[in-house]
Amino acid sequence: MEPNTEPETAAVEEVLVEEELLVEEISIDGMCGVY
Amino acid sequence: MPSGTVDPGIETQSKAGSPTMFDSSTKWERSAKIGLRPEPFGALAYHFDTRRLVFLKSPTLVDLVDGLVDHESADAAIEAIVEPSDDRSRQAHVKALASLAEAGVIEPVTPAISFVG
Amino acid sequence: MTAIHTSLTLTPKPVRVPPLVEQLKGGLDAPICLTWELTYACNLACVHCLSSSGRRDPKELTTTEALAVVDELADLQVFYVNLGGGEPMIRKDFLDIVDHAVGRKVGVKFSTNGYYIDQQAAERFAATDLLDIQISLDGFDAATNDAVRGPGSWEAARRAMDNLAAANFGEFKISIVATRHNVAQLDDYKKMADDYGAQLRVTRLRPSGRGVDSYQDLRLTHPQQQDIFRWIMDHPDVLTGDSFFHLNALGTDTGETLPGLSMCGAGRIVCLIDPIGDVYACPFVIHDEFMAGNVRDTGGFATVWRESDLFRELRQPGAAGACASCNAYDACGGGCMAAKFFTGIPLDGPDPDCALGHADEAVAAANAAGIVPQPSQDHSRPVRLGAKPS
Repeated sequence: MEPNTEPETAAVEEVLVEEELLVEEISIDGMCGVY
Repeated sequence: MPSGTVDPGIETQSKAGSPTMFDSSTKWERSAKIGLRPEPFGALAYHFDTRRLVFLKSPTLVDLVDGLVDHESADAAIEAIVEPSDDRSRQAHVKALASLAEAGVIEPVTPAISFVG
Repeated sequence: MTAIHTSLTLTPKPVRVPPLVEQLKGGLDAPICLTWELTYACNLACVHCLSSSGRRDPKELTTTEALAVVDELADLQVFYVNLGGGEPMIRKDFLDIVDHAVGRKVGVKFSTNGYYIDQQAAERFAATDLLDIQISLDGFDAATNDAVRGPGSWEAARRAMDNLAAANFGEFKISIVATRHNVAQLDDYKKMADDYGAQLRVTRLRPSGRGVDSYQDLRLTHPQQQDIFRWIMDHPDVLTGDSFFHLNALGTDTGETLPGLSMCGAGRIVCLIDPIGDVYACPFVIHDEFMAGNVRDTGGFATVWRESDLFRELRQPGAAGACASCNAYDACGGGCMAAKFFTGIPLDGPDPDCALGHADEAVAAANAAGIVPQPSQDHSRPVRLGAKPS
């Protein structure tokens, strides 16, 4: 395990917030394998 | 809308293309017209009228959607439920709620009219 | 199933959550939506029918069994069920099944040739909530369409559309399977749909069902693939059922991908329930190789979905195989397993319609060697159409 000199108190989920949008929309028709 | 509001709200594009403002200082709630299904990544929300399918990509966001109705404003709900450690997180959740409002997953709560007899 | 990782160390490090698509590939606890073929009976005999329909199967689910399936889907919170067949309206309990589903807040779309949508039916449907209708058509004009779907089928479909419009049903869907002979008519279809206030849907022809036999005649040429890729990109309001993601290789230079998840949903987020209760990975692989179980088994549909060997296998990460060295693989994912299976080529290889031509030799070889599999269920009526368009 790499040493981390900076005490990171941010929860993992808040890192997610920075890296991608929390909401994604897809058409109900946008899935392959249905009529 | 209270005067001196710092956050002007989030502008989103409605389906018609004209921008509508998401007002996070008012009370919101989960729409009754949606099915909300918890998933490991967060939840799936399906709007039965518009047939739009939305992925909520964090369990905290799902808790927020569920808990909106218990707070006087979306902002208050974010503080209480998300406990954002910085403004980026706060804004990301406001932005997420704006998207959900545009998709009809959440709706403004219209105040009940009380009749004084 | 992927969970969001939480670090247990004293100094947590940022963990990248896999993209949504990667999580979906691992499968969900319940389908998002699914296809349910209600009957193998059909009044038509389309040359490319993916379910080889025609004659009713005597082992068809009873009304009681069908309603129990609806209850299961509702309990699983499947959002939407796509009813088809054969011709689903042939079932005498069709309305009972539809009403029960929408009553339990399971959205319904049904796919039909329109033959039975008279004025009265159209009005009944217009008054039904949570209901979507998809009319099948495979040619802008009667000659093109009827060559594939049979004499009178174009007229019946148009009549159904007229009846739905007159009943103010609202936005129904017109669904075309793109073939070599109709792909030049896409603009005409779009105008037809616009004139009806309907939504156009264009989907990929797979070599499934009776399509196994007609595939070589009906499949798109390479130039036509390029045309349709461009056309779909230029018409984002046209639905595709995410069936063209095998063509995403055509967008690698420009960084374009077709709208949709661009992944195979079979056994992961969608599946098929057939008229006798068999559960398949998707409607395009009605073959023992892709059969997961039966809703009549102990534990019903939910157990098949969650615990079948086949679906567990499909939810494992797949190897790129022969496609590993191709720089388009990230975009196309190797294409469609149904298309590969029913053209007799390996599942870890390129799609038979690989836009870069990587499968052309293998397809020719499989044809020459006569090793193309046949579907496991064939309910075709003895007389079959084989007419080519004039």
